[in-house]
Amino acid sequence: MIPRFWRKIKFRYDLIGSYCKTCNNYFYPPRNLCPVCRRKGEIVECKLSEEGKVISYTIAHNSEGAPLVIALVELDHGARLLTQLACRPDEVKIGMRVKRVFRKYGEDGQEGIVYYGTKFIPSQNST
Amino acid sequence: MRKVAIIGVGCTKFGELWDKSFRDIFIEAGIEAIEDSGIEGREIEAIYVGNMSAGRYINQEHIAALIADYSGLAEFGIPASRVEAADASGGLALRHAFMAVASGLHDIVIAAGVEKVTDVGDPAGMLSTTIDQEWESFVGANLASLYAIIARLHMETYGGKEEDLAMVSVKNHRNAMKNPKAQLKREISVEDVLNSPYVAEPLKLLDCSPICDGAAAVVVASDEVAKKVTDSPVYISCSTQASDYLALHSRKDILKFKSIVKASREAYKLAKIDPKDVKVAEVHDSFSIAEIIAYEDLGFARKGEGYRLIREGITELSGELPVNTSGGLKACGHAPGATGVRQAVEITLQLRGEAGKRQVDAEVGLSLNLGGAGATAVVSIFRI
Amino acid sequence: MIGIISYGSYIPRYRISVDEIARVWGEDANTIKNGLGVIEKSVPDLDEDAATIAVEAAREAIKRVNIDVRDIGAIFVGSESHPYAVKPTSTIVGEALGVGNSYFTADLEFACKAGTAGIQICYAMVKADMVKYGLAIGTDTSQARPGDALEYSASAGGAAFIIGRDPIVEIEATYSFTTDTPDFWRRDLQPYPSHGGRFTGIPAYFRHVLSAARGLMENFGYKPSDFDYAVFHQPNAKFPIRVARILGFTLEKISQGLVVREIGNTYSGSSLIGLCAVLDVAKPDDKVLLVSFGSGAGSDAFALKVTDKIEEYPRNPTVWDKIRNCKIYVDYAVYLRHRGKIKR
Repeated sequence: MIPRFWRKIKFRYDLIGSYCKTCNNYFYPPRNLCPVCRRKGEIVECKLSEEGKVISYTIAHNSEGAPLVIALVELDHGARLLTQLACRPDEVKIGMRVKRVFRKYGEDGQEGIVYYGTKFIPSQNST
Repeated sequence: MRKVAIIGVGCTKFGELWDKSFRDIFIEAGIEAIEDSGIEGREIEAIYVGNMSAGRYINQEHIAALIADYSGLAEFGIPASRVEAADASGGLALRHAFMAVASGLHDIVIAAGVEKVTDVGDPAGMLSTTIDQEWESFVGANLASLYAIIARLHMETYGGKEEDLAMVSVKNHRNAMKNPKAQLKREISVEDVLNSPYVAEPLKLLDCSPICDGAAAVVVASDEVAKKVTDSPVYISCSTQASDYLALHSRKDILKFKSIVKASREAYKLAKIDPKDVKVAEVHDSFSIAEIIAYEDLGFARKGEGYRLIREGITELSGELPVNTSGGLKACGHAPGATGVRQAVEITLQLRGEAGKRQVDAEVGLSLNLGGAGATAVVSIFRI
Repeated sequence: MIGIISYGSYIPRYRISVDEIARVWGEDANTIKNGLGVIEKSVPDLDEDAATIAVEAAREAIKRVNIDVRDIGAIFVGSESHPYAVKPTSTIVGEALGVGNSYFTADLEFACKAGTAGIQICYAMVKADMVKYGLAIGTDTSQARPGDALEYSASAGGAAFIIGRDPIVEIEATYSFTTDTPDFWRRDLQPYPSHGGRFTGIPAYFRHVLSAARGLMENFGYKPSDFDYAVFHQPNAKFPIRVARILGFTLEKISQGLVVREIGNTYSGSSLIGLCAVLDVAKPDDKVLLVSFGSGAGSDAFALKVTDKIEEYPRNPTVWDKIRNCKIYVDYAVYLRHRGKIKR
């Protein structure tokens, strides 16, 4: 899994997505082909906004840990992504403004590599 | 394209079949289907098998060949294919069988679905291989989380309540009491569902279908063959398939499953019917919210009005449009590769008048088999 | 003029109180609070570590100033809780900030003074015109043995400094005093550090902080009265207060930077977060004395002068805002879980 994670490190750490110059749409995660224009689209890398809003969310009770807040967030650029919210479940509301933070997503066991990525917190929180 | 019929059906019990192996269950379903059909095994010209997880869970790829072999068909060397589209694999197998016969390529084929999940520890995570691994699983989501995200927004937008979702599970459990092959044979109340622990809020344990072992098979044949072996063939009017963006974050409107809308509209056109002509349906209730959304996207109710159908009892066994008379994925159990074919078995039994205590009155039936969070939908329409 | 052109800090939002820890070990909370001068400390979230804290602090520093991140030519992250024993934290930070591939870097370790060591290295590289900007970060999510005295203070946090020319705070002078003194250490593969009890006082903290401060002042011609603020490494509140008094600084001059009382000892972040708190309120021409201390042992002393440019510099949210807002208290059991001392 290491090469697969490594290839996308900068896109995960720094919210870099794709922009299609032909149809003026933003996509995250990055895409090889614009789904609107396909081969006619000119796709380039693009750093996306660091803030957005919560479209919907759930509090997932996985067997492995504390409840996770998983949310569908729409960045100000229009692209959406699925992410974790690093805040208490009762702090979340549909429509809430959120901003990005850099956190751990997990690790490959005690001996394996650590997976870092982008999560979000309520914009009004300082941390 | 010529007319296509189902002339035989077979299905194992669905559940935790500890003492039966992968090979045991597909043979059991296959033999039942062939005996039901009245044809001989050597007349089968091809096999299409739906299976989602054999490679990962029992480390076995190449299962279509294994199935043909253990079914005693290796001597005939017939073409055997495994098809996969998450838990729409069964529906896909049915559609491939339909296409093979409708096109004239074959006269008699088998569509089967099989899943053996109890050979490996805990199958709970199995359905989560169907979502985007790099961008959805990576952030800690599983399939339940995705449906929960959809459920929360759907409920908030259209005034749905957790009680509405609970009523879907209650109905399906009640129906399953009359299905000898169902995994969960106990009635539950709305209270029971609301008191069950949250899996991914707002979905609770009893909003989620159990993943289990199971196999189902149907013999699909041309009209000419059908007329020789039965007085009452059940016809597959059409079998359509559509896809959608895999990840939720790629969809503009997560409350509408475009794959269901596209596949069903095409199906109604090909079968020359309207949604209201459907009198019995098996839909993909992997999660209770999925059944509500299916009502809407299949055209049985307008967007946002799915709740009305369950609230008014319209989809009960005794209602105008009974849905999931078998108990659905929730109470019959969800063997991912087999479910799509099991649904076809149920509709066939209903249209033949062989559904025992859960019989309803219908001449036109529909099955909806979904893959994962709706990136694949297969709709089949049946009539006598 | 070379110095700090921007600074940032990060403190996790969870807290555990001294009262709560004392309750578990059957000790008297008031005695501890009076003895250490600490009432509560910061606790990292389950998904935070020294790398995530470093990135957040660095991102704040970058956001507050208008530079092209690719002009950052050196990154040094100092910590004693780097996530990997082998694989640098500095490259994780570099990637997260998008600095490109042309930068000098390595991780630093020197107990609690690894961050200030990074500042010295960046200063030297800027001075030598090897880089336009250097990024120095001190960050930690330090561990303490359950039941040990250090458990009351070992906390999590970090601060980042971009060093370059035309600064908001000039580094007028720097001086280090170093010996080989085993006052506090952790052997490889051991989960918790060990220490020499009272030996960590006079032969360690005080000897090095005083020697570095005096060395700086003697070699560069400063007197205590030249400084408007002093920030010392803060393993607790008592040590910096006492060392300040010995050197001739009043309590007023050190209280702005005395963050340990409410967030504990953030190790490599300790004196640096204190410095950020001072810079949040400092005025042009203010002089600040910064003296860190790292066990093993050594102290880095700096004479800093605030320039006019600080007036235009955005300083909100302040460190004290971050210390006091958004707090979530946890009990000892949840604390153990967050610190990985109990696992499923």
